[in-house]
Amino acid sequence: MFGLVAEHQPLIHARGLVKRFGEFTAVDGIDLDVEPGEAFGFLGPNGAGKSSTMRMISCVSMPSAGELRILGMDPVREGPAIRARLGVCPQLDNLDPDLTVRENLTTYARYFGLSRAQARERAEEMLDFAQLRDKASSKVEPLSGGMKRRLTIARAMVNEPDLVLLDEPTTGLDPQARHLLWERLFRLKQRGVTLVLTTHYMDEAEQLCDRLVVMDGGRIVAEGSPRSLIESYASPEVVELRFGSEPLEGFVERLSGVGDRVDVLPDRILLYAKDGDDAVSEVHRRGLAPSSVLVRRASLEDVFLHLTGRTLVD
Amino acid sequence: MVTLMVARQVSVGRVGAVVGRNVGALRSGASYWLVLVSGFFEPLLYLLSIGVGVGALVGRIPLGDGRVVSYAVFVAPAMLAASAMNGALAETTFNFFFKMKYAKTFEAILATPVRPIEVALGELTWAMVRSSFYTAAFLLVMAVMGLAEPWWALAALPATMLVGVAFGAAGMAVSTFLRGWQDFDLMTAAQFSLFLFSGTFAPVGGYPPVLAAVVQVTPLYHAVELVRGLALGRVEWALAGHALYLVVLAGLGLWVASRRIQRVLCS
Repeated sequence: MFGLVAEHQPLIHARGLVKRFGEFTAVDGIDLDVEPGEAFGFLGPNGAGKSSTMRMISCVSMPSAGELRILGMDPVREGPAIRARLGVCPQLDNLDPDLTVRENLTTYARYFGLSRAQARERAEEMLDFAQLRDKASSKVEPLSGGMKRRLTIARAMVNEPDLVLLDEPTTGLDPQARHLLWERLFRLKQRGVTLVLTTHYMDEAEQLCDRLVVMDGGRIVAEGSPRSLIESYASPEVVELRFGSEPLEGFVERLSGVGDRVDVLPDRILLYAKDGDDAVSEVHRRGLAPSSVLVRRASLEDVFLHLTGRTLVD
Repeated sequence: MVTLMVARQVSVGRVGAVVGRNVGALRSGASYWLVLVSGFFEPLLYLLSIGVGVGALVGRIPLGDGRVVSYAVFVAPAMLAASAMNGALAETTFNFFFKMKYAKTFEAILATPVRPIEVALGELTWAMVRSSFYTAAFLLVMAVMGLAEPWWALAALPATMLVGVAFGAAGMAVSTFLRGWQDFDLMTAAQFSLFLFSGTFAPVGGYPPVLAAVVQVTPLYHAVELVRGLALGRVEWALAGHALYLVVLAGLGLWVASRRIQRVLCS
């Protein structure tokens, strides 16, 4: 099943992909190639076009313009054949409230044409994968947010997909639940499953993605590995300066020339520098007395700030 | 042509999986059973209170073919048709709407190889199954009470299935346009008006001409005429016309419903 097509073509291939809703252009001409075995991420604020892109890739929504091939097939003509090999974990859980945890898995497997026996077998495997064996006979509603998410991901895996699409897999989860989920996703990655996910969490993108694109306003504004993006769009280290409640604009001039770049946020100033400690010494030498100083490694968040010129909107 | 295109897309297995989902939901919910049981009793209570109770005051009704029957015999097939309508509508309105709009059940299903037309067909098949449970039980009651000859009762069963499919499809199409629960008041009012004025409790021939003309274009009228004709053993060509009306309604409802599912959930 995973043969010739996958070897010679990327799993996802898009050129000039556009999605319009009436007057509004949600996705404005993007190019993509995702290779087998990759963990690929879409990073961006709400409204950047991530989910619209994901819906086109999952062959639920049809492109308004441009070229799209999924698993070497055409989504318009071969939707069911493509969807048969996809696993989709939507942004909002749409588990079946009328069914138990186990039935959610067996019923879903049946939509993919698995026999009853196969469906039961896969459901048992997935109960272990999602660590939900204790809850197998429970309805969905009483489960915690993390459990529901794990069940949704398990459900997406029930057909042994070649490509798994996760739309904001950990949004709204507490830190423990997020880490457990990351660990599960990492296992999938190790098994060679191709993952495509959207997120607006920088740490999530850094943890899971081999390669990612940053989207803003329906366009791709940067592409690369998390490390290469940080190297291209941010300096190795970042100094965060706070000055109590004083207006920050006044300090910008006095900081010019310290590090590579200065960014003013509502509550703090960021200095991008090769060496953070050197930059801090320079700040003190100029007679400035910040109320707090933090030196840290640059993260994707800094890349994001640089590229979109603003903090994330939630 | 359209039928052919639809037929080529449809996978029986996937439609079956959608039906199977509803069977699973039925098995694991006590409240669902309660709804199911109450749907059977409603027409039965009407039959007893009006057909038998009021019928004692009304006297006998001429059928138009020389036969004169008791009022209960006249009303019972209409209640049978109404129970087929209620059973199917309960499934394709309340349950369907909840699954489409709130539970996002169809959204989850459409991420699999299942197509919108297959969702619609699966839901409709299940609605017909539910409606058939009602009508089979009701026919049994009719036969036991001596309100229909057993063989004619059996002949009426497929007709009630057609009634279920037609109303199920029409209800499903309407449900895709509903904005929220408040719209159900309108639908319930429409359903109750049909129930009262479709030749159910009095022959349409006795209605004022304008009302009679209106009634004759509404679906329950055709359902009642078809079912009554078969249940009372009065087979005539007009029955084919009533059946055709219901077939067309079913096809139209199914087509609209699947188009709307596509439009709303796959945009």
